[in-house]
Amino acid sequence: MTKRVVIVDYGAGNLRSVARAVAHHGYEPFVSAHARDIEAAEALILPGVGAAADTMRNLQEGALVEPIRAYIASGRPFLGVCMGQQALLSVSEEGGEHPCLDVIPGRVRRLPSGQKVPHMGWNQVSQRIAHPVFAGIDDGAYFYFVHSFYPDPSDSAVVIGETDYGVRFASVLARDNLVATQFHPEKSGADGLRFYGNFLNMAFT
Amino acid sequence: MLTKRVIPCFDVDNGRVVKGVSFVGLRDAGDPVELAPLYDAEGADELVFLDITASSDDRRTTYEMVERTAEKVFIPFTVGGGIRKEEDIRLMLELGADKVSLNSAAVAEPLLVGRAAERFGSQCIVVAIDARAAGEGRWEVYTHGGRRPTGLDAVEWAQRVVSLGAGELLVTSMDTDGHLDGYDIPLTKAITGAVQVPVIASGGAGSAQHMVDAVVQANADAVLAASIFHYGTHRIRDVKAYMAERGVPVRL
Repeated sequence: MTKRVVIVDYGAGNLRSVARAVAHHGYEPFVSAHARDIEAAEALILPGVGAAADTMRNLQEGALVEPIRAYIASGRPFLGVCMGQQALLSVSEEGGEHPCLDVIPGRVRRLPSGQKVPHMGWNQVSQRIAHPVFAGIDDGAYFYFVHSFYPDPSDSAVVIGETDYGVRFASVLARDNLVATQFHPEKSGADGLRFYGNFLNMAFT
Repeated sequence: MLTKRVIPCFDVDNGRVVKGVSFVGLRDAGDPVELAPLYDAEGADELVFLDITASSDDRRTTYEMVERTAEKVFIPFTVGGGIRKEEDIRLMLELGADKVSLNSAAVAEPLLVGRAAERFGSQCIVVAIDARAAGEGRWEVYTHGGRRPTGLDAVEWAQRVVSLGAGELLVTSMDTDGHLDGYDIPLTKAITGAVQVPVIASGGAGSAQHMVDAVVQANADAVLAASIFHYGTHRIRDVKAYMAERGVPVRL
């Protein structure tokens, strides 16, 4: 039986590249905007590009906020990517103060001025805490980033990977079966695909 | 550390990569679906496809190419050429392109840049600027593949499109393009000094040292090249190793 991975569709872009990365590993990507699919999922990916306020508004209008929170609370495997990572925190400072999913206590802050924003391109991830999602990936490996804001969780124990760009920020978060990245693993070449493979392995074993 | 990017550029006609591409062992050197993964494996940081298909009726083959490329490529890629409307942008992004590049359409209708950035996000809107020297420290913007002068000053135009929402600039010097004598350092430097978004230097790359020069002397964030990669005189991996030896941060 094919192992199905639900990818949340809330109107943000890059769903297809996430779906392709999942399919690359022999799993069945299932793009859905429906709460019932989230409720029934065995593995869930929240992708995303764009602004925090739009993301939260789209999730609210689609009645997806509570299903996603309940899904994560159940302890089932979850991967958040880029905006899908930032959305997990309590509040985003992007364009004012916007309440987010509040799954990981903390704030989403603007990258400091002094270098070009957005932070766009390949940067290194220091593996602060060993984790199965890093299996086969070198400490300091490069991943592809495009973002202007970064997550700043209150509890540093959830930070398993860090990246420097004017500030040392949490580029990979993990807690129980939840993993979230600021970079786009689906656009990060071989190491990015390996990252997806590791998450999917974790999810289905 | 954030690295400087090395970006091979492909000209595409009717969904096929044109210009000699000299990878050995390819069944079909014109098929981007065969080429793109090789450049990915060689260490390319991104890819740019420039659609030169003459007739807009034939654009469907380009769409198919973008879709098929996106199936196989797991690094970012940009599509430019012939993109005139928001609808064209939406389609390209939906088919799997990560960014689109606007050139003539941005000059014809600057507000398109703003609307596109608002709707799709600045991160996927690249404005391509083709410029030619027009006196000491001045460059004029050209469109339509370099055939049509616009009267616009390149530096002022760069600032204008960034203020409208362009997330990145692809700056090609028509004076250096095709000569393999190096990038136009004064032009590139004038633009990187005037805007706060990443700038891709283009036109004139003939060696790895030229790429170092664009980064070190002109503060380019990325360097684009076509001929030197496609004709096999330079391998991307070797170019990046050379840049690293000279202190340029690159992803190896």
